[in-house]
Amino acid sequence: MARKKYYSDMLKIDIKRAMLTSEGHTNLEIATEIKSNELLCLFGHSGAGKTTLLRILAGLTKPDKGRIIFNNTVWFDSEKKINLSPQQRNVGYMFQDYALFPNMTVEHNISFAQKIKDKKEVEKLMKLFDLDILRNQHPEKLSGGQKQRVALARALAAKPNLLLLDEPLSALDIDMRLALQYEIKKAHEILNTITLMISHDLQEVFHLAGSVIMLRNGTIINQGRTEEVLGKKPEKQIYNKYNV
Amino acid sequence: MNKDFIDTLTLTGKLAGSTTLILLAIGFPLAYILAYKRFFIKPFIEALISMPMVLPPTVLGFYLLVIYSPQNAFGRWLEQTFDLRLAFSFEGILLASVIFSLPFMIQPLQNGLISIPKSYRETAYTLGKSEFTTFIRVLMPNMIPSIITAIAMTFAHCIGEFGVIIMVGGNIPNETRVASIAIYDEVQAMNFQAANQYSFVLFIISLLILTVIFSMNGKKKILF
Repeated sequence: MARKKYYSDMLKIDIKRAMLTSEGHTNLEIATEIKSNELLCLFGHSGAGKTTLLRILAGLTKPDKGRIIFNNTVWFDSEKKINLSPQQRNVGYMFQDYALFPNMTVEHNISFAQKIKDKKEVEKLMKLFDLDILRNQHPEKLSGGQKQRVALARALAAKPNLLLLDEPLSALDIDMRLALQYEIKKAHEILNTITLMISHDLQEVFHLAGSVIMLRNGTIINQGRTEEVLGKKPEKQIYNKYNV
Repeated sequence: MNKDFIDTLTLTGKLAGSTTLILLAIGFPLAYILAYKRFFIKPFIEALISMPMVLPPTVLGFYLLVIYSPQNAFGRWLEQTFDLRLAFSFEGILLASVIFSLPFMIQPLQNGLISIPKSYRETAYTLGKSEFTTFIRVLMPNMIPSIITAIAMTFAHCIGEFGVIIMVGGNIPNETRVASIAIYDEVQAMNFQAANQYSFVLFIISLLILTVIFSMNGKKKILF
């Protein structure tokens, strides 16, 4: 099921976008390159531009100017007037509310995501995320943790180029969060591509992310290995230090 | 039951059914555009669609009569091209009914679309689904109560239409004489028994339709 890739994906971002936050107008100005197939965490206070950045990468929000290039494919170029639609970018995006389709069962939610129908692949994904017994359930009957697993399985079923997770664990209690961090790691390893995840939880960041991009007021203030950016121990003072 | 009674009710059903079907075809794309697209004249279009809810039916009926007249461009074009005169014909009252019932179809559909979380649509797009596929597979199945409300409201409103029909269609048996017109006509002729028959049927149909609508309010979604 894992994609056989012997190369690293590359994502180049250089964009500007005006944002309206609770603190007023600000600009999102991001210029960075991600060169390895790792799980990166976007970290920063509310209104820093984390969700806007993910939406821009998915093609759901249009930057004012700049360029986004993924593996030599231009996704966005304001000068050349290129702006690939979300459909063309093939990005797995997991919303905070998981956005499972209420009219579909667990199995249908997953199979709906497939470009080419493959029942065996759906079965594999359901087994992998322990969803076998829930296959005929509708989302309204599922717990938060079960919904998260379905959303991950659905994102993987589309075989996306890039996995974007917008606070995937924020709606869950602490025990569930710990259990499902493993599922996120598993999804990232299966996909073997760049995964960008927003999180406010330092324990979570240390447990999951190899690297961190720290945002403040729309700009990157630090980027690098998790320990280098956030320090060695995820203690409470780090929250205060970064005003999170 | 006499033949006139059956013919009038059949014509009423035909008018309401045809209007509802036409408005379903027009209503989905129009409601989709109004719910999700932003453009400069959108408030004007929304106001125009809602006009029948505040405008006296006779005003609309009068303007339609003017437009239908062969002395004006549209009426002349219809007559010369299709040999069709809309004034005092079934086609004429059908067009009037479609225009007059437009808000009763559009508004429930538009509200239904707006009430669906944006993340459903956006997730479908990121999964590679087109706007059309997203509409058919994700949006429509999650707004069934709104669709049923729109159909029921449109049908019920058509059955009760009076002002526009009398202005545009008059009272021609088997052509434009629908139940609401027949009630008025029978009362004028002091034939209260016939008026009562028509009124009772309209009363029951309207009550049934409204019961369906209110029962929908209790069901947030229909799963299939």
